[in-house]
Amino acid sequence: MSSLADSAFAAFDLITQLDPMLGSVVARSLWVSLWATVIASSLGICFGAWLAVSRFYGRGVLLTLLNTLLALPSVVVGLVVYLLLSRSGPLGYLGWLFSLKAMVVAQSVLVFPVVAALTRQCVEDADRLHGEQLQSLGAGTVLRSLLLVWDERYVFLTIVITAFGRAISEVGAVMVVGGNIEGFTRVMTTAIALETSKGDLPLALALGLVLLTVVLCLNILVASLRSWRLREDGSTSDPLQKAWI
Amino acid sequence: MNVQIEIQQTIPNRKELQLQLQSVDVQFGNHLALKQIDLNVYAGERVAFVGANGSGKSTLLRVIHGVLPVSSGQVHWQPGVQQAMVFQRPHMLRTSVINFVALALWLRGVPWRSAKEQALQALQQVDLQDLARRNAKTLSGGQQQRLAFARALAVHPQCMLLDEPTSSLDPHAKREVERIMEHWIAENATTLLFSSHNLGQVKRLATRVIYLENGRILADLPTQQFFNQPLEKSHPEAHLFLRGERV
Repeated sequence: MSSLADSAFAAFDLITQLDPMLGSVVARSLWVSLWATVIASSLGICFGAWLAVSRFYGRGVLLTLLNTLLALPSVVVGLVVYLLLSRSGPLGYLGWLFSLKAMVVAQSVLVFPVVAALTRQCVEDADRLHGEQLQSLGAGTVLRSLLLVWDERYVFLTIVITAFGRAISEVGAVMVVGGNIEGFTRVMTTAIALETSKGDLPLALALGLVLLTVVLCLNILVASLRSWRLREDGSTSDPLQKAWI
Repeated sequence: MNVQIEIQQTIPNRKELQLQLQSVDVQFGNHLALKQIDLNVYAGERVAFVGANGSGKSTLLRVIHGVLPVSSGQVHWQPGVQQAMVFQRPHMLRTSVINFVALALWLRGVPWRSAKEQALQALQQVDLQDLARRNAKTLSGGQQQRLAFARALAVHPQCMLLDEPTSSLDPHAKREVERIMEHWIAENATTLLFSSHNLGQVKRLATRVIYLENGRILADLPTQQFFNQPLEKSHPEAHLFLRGERV
């Protein structure tokens, strides 16, 4: 117990003294996860919205596959991206393996199904409720999906924040494709795993606290968005929209 | 405000066929929602669809509007006829009232700036110009229905479709929307197709009444005849409906 308390105090010191090593690891984590979120969200929202309003042969299979990918183990993603980027792999010529770019790619692959599946569900529900009215205005399939995304934009902010939370807290994929190289590809989660195995609990705990703080901030952001949105929408009583927030 | 409006109850000149439905079937799973619907609508007619819940009124309007595909049969519109529909529960987009109306015009190819000017004119027709900058989602039920009406008016339709436009409103909002509808009908020779449970409204607005039951048209009569002549023998189902025995 005292060891835990000592570690907590030491961790607190590292944070308050703005330890440069800690700072660089945190900054790198944020950089990688932000880029992964931007890429995965851009592609995932477009793909999910299109999938929501399109009807084609094999759509059911694609939906099942997409929902299955929600439970994709991060180490498997890491392995696949590793094989793609390794020297003998199809993308080996890029020379991205054990770089931040590889980590962004891995996290993007991991987060993409989350964004796409949640977007698909949200847009499909919205389309069922009022897609006909947009169709009535003359909006075709693509325009209808874009209008629904725009109309549900606050929900998408929540989805993007959720995706960022998933990206920044994963360890397996970035460990495999980044290699956890100190000062280069080491991020919060990989550093926590390494420092714990080395027995340097204060640093691991400090990183854990920072990670928890980031997640806490994300939750506060989601809650703020929710209250702001309800205020903006006034007396809206659409149960679907309330359920989504 | 009580405004008495004279609405012409004469049958329009039946020369210009605007809409034709031929043997239309609509199927949802195993349920046949519309069965062998044949219908001709002429320019300037005001047709009311009446019937019990689930009789197929809304489905028929959606098929006519083109937002619901037919399972078999054909729907022919005269080329170039602009049509607009007001739904029973209009969905408000998360945008300002004026943008909500302008969007309908923009989607029909009107440049955005011009669309906003025309949208403001449409809002004036329904007395919502003072709320032009407000978030459409924050409007009351009656205001939302008036806004939906403004959006439909903005595109200057030659045919207006209304799906129970006042059924979800409180009495005050209902009167407001009816007043706007009656004003509009009195001033325009536009074709009107609407569904309603309110027989008083049907009597006031329609020139022709179509009674539907279980997805079939069982009576298609001029309004005067539908309400004032005995239907026991010629249209027994419609007679029972008028007596309140088919709800």
